Amino acid sequence: MKCMKRFFRAMLTAAALAAGFGVAATLPARALVEIDVNKGNIEPLPIAITDFLASDQMGAEITSVIAADLKRSGLFAPIDKGAFIEKISNPDAAPRFEDWKVINAQALVTGRVTQEGDGRLRAEFRLWDTFAGEQLIGEQFFANKANSRRVAHIIADAIYERLTGEKGYFDTRVVYIDESGPKNQRKKRLAIMDQDGANVRYLSDGKAITLTPRFSPTRQEITYMSYESGQPRVYLLQIETGQRELVGNFPGMTFAPRFSPDGQKVIMSLMREDGNSNVYAMDLRSRSTTRLTESNSIDTSPSYSPDGGRVVFTSDRGGQPQIYVMGADGSGQTRISFGGGSYSTPVWSPRGDLIAFTKQSGGEFQIGVMKTDGSGERILSSGFQQEGPTWAPNGRYIMFFKEAAGSGGPRLYSIDLTGRNEQAIPTQNFASDPAWSPLLE
Amino acid sequence: MRRIAAITRNPLVVALFLTLAIAGCANKKTPNNAADLGLAGGAATPGSAQDFTVNVGDRIFFDTDSSVIRSDAQGILSRQAQWLNKYRQYAIVIEGHADERGTREYNIALGARRAAATRDFLAARGVAANRMKTISYGKERPVAVCDDISCWSQNRRAVTTLSGAGS
Repeated sequence: MKCMKRFFRAMLTAAALAAGFGVAATLPARALVEIDVNKGNIEPLPIAITDFLASDQMGAEITSVIAADLKRSGLFAPIDKGAFIEKISNPDAAPRFEDWKVINAQALVTGRVTQEGDGRLRAEFRLWDTFAGEQLIGEQFFANKANSRRVAHIIADAIYERLTGEKGYFDTRVVYIDESGPKNQRKKRLAIMDQDGANVRYLSDGKAITLTPRFSPTRQEITYMSYESGQPRVYLLQIETGQRELVGNFPGMTFAPRFSPDGQKVIMSLMREDGNSNVYAMDLRSRSTTRLTESNSIDTSPSYSPDGGRVVFTSDRGGQPQIYVMGADGSGQTRISFGGGSYSTPVWSPRGDLIAFTKQSGGEFQIGVMKTDGSGERILSSGFQQEGPTWAPNGRYIMFFKEAAGSGGPRLYSIDLTGRNEQAIPTQNFASDPAWSPLLE
Repeated sequence: MRRIAAITRNPLVVALFLTLAIAGCANKKTPNNAADLGLAGGAATPGSAQDFTVNVGDRIFFDTDSSVIRSDAQGILSRQAQWLNKYRQYAIVIEGHADERGTREYNIALGARRAAATRDFLAARGVAANRMKTISYGKERPVAVCDDISCWSQNRRAVTTLSGAGS
């Protein structure tokens, strides 16, 4: 919460550019450069990202974070700095577009980092369309020095958004389970990091097994399951204050929690006396609980649609785990997964159009997506053991955890919806159960 | 002499030793060796936790994605019930576990169902329900660690523990 307030975002107006740039900057941009993310096979866009002018390493550091973000998206191909012809000495002035066109840089990023009198960082950047010869974005940000990576992610998001027409996802964090120690006594603790693996912070001490953290869509808060009381139970944790709270006081174990889109409810599984599990929703303000399923089977892994009107979940009521959809009041429970194999961990896309899942078929584990009626199933990634998809807030990327046979433990990976761009997310130890945050504010 | 008798009277322990000998997977670790079972220390005192583990058998195994008590497990649970009815000083925690070949949340639910099925079987054999608690560890606490079926079949288990002594 605190860091949200540290940013001040301002447009670099055309007036600031007038000297170097004249009339073009005042016209509405008619960019030549754009990326159609709906195309099946996307050729990454060549982009030149110049080191931001600075009196210290900060300029090059920010630039490298921006370049890494854009490259990892699979939509951009940052050009090697060795190929640059023009050396940017005045980021307020228009660049020599010919020098950038000749190295096929279709987009160009320039910028400057300075320190304000009060110690704050001031980062300015401009995005240029080299073939149209015009500025697409000019903005500046003020932030504490400790937040320099966030500034870089925000700039990367601005570039991504301007060139794809879709929201970015770089200024986000991932909460996950850090796994250390031998497999039969593994320590599993809650950790949080930036989406690119930087700035890891541990949120639990690892004395009790902690699993399945999920972000609140509206607050700096997570819900997760822990064995700290002996029985598995669902908790809430305020990320900034560390304050914890048990969700409900139920006789049996509670698990598989997830927030509603408005952040006001937690939906989860509650074990019954007969050993089966049903889905419940708990209102966090009134503390009232509603039972949504009542089958003599395992009903778990519930996930709301982004409008809050429906819930997708796993049930083995038909004999093996499959995916079902119901109304948020439990009405109209309908199976939607019909491919061969078993399906679990369904997660509704933040765009509402798709459901990501884990499928087990032919001795393999697969991560895939299907439409919300179960049609159009596509497998994005297959392997020995992989599960637990989570969506980037723009609904274009999925993170999950994967363990190769004999590797000893799981690691985090991201993949885009084409399934062609799979990327390892670096973590110090083994890692599982990633949950992607909304865009930070 | 007693040690040999103890081992051979427990088909479960024999099966585990055979699995270990045959499969020979790398990194395999299981607590079901002689030292962990207390065999090295000599005969178990009748009515002790060691007696229960060694001479009765503290665990049963399940088929993949099933919580049905198998016929080989019924014999073990019947012996457990006899023993528990004789030594009534113990409180009982039944741990349900799953193998790695399922997703995390589902396997927590599956472990819970296995523990409940085990509890219900013991209750039907006269063990008082108020002595028994269940807990599921899902796939989070494997005893056998390798990447094939020889390990997975040992991890799909329910373990009856006494006075909170875990497995």
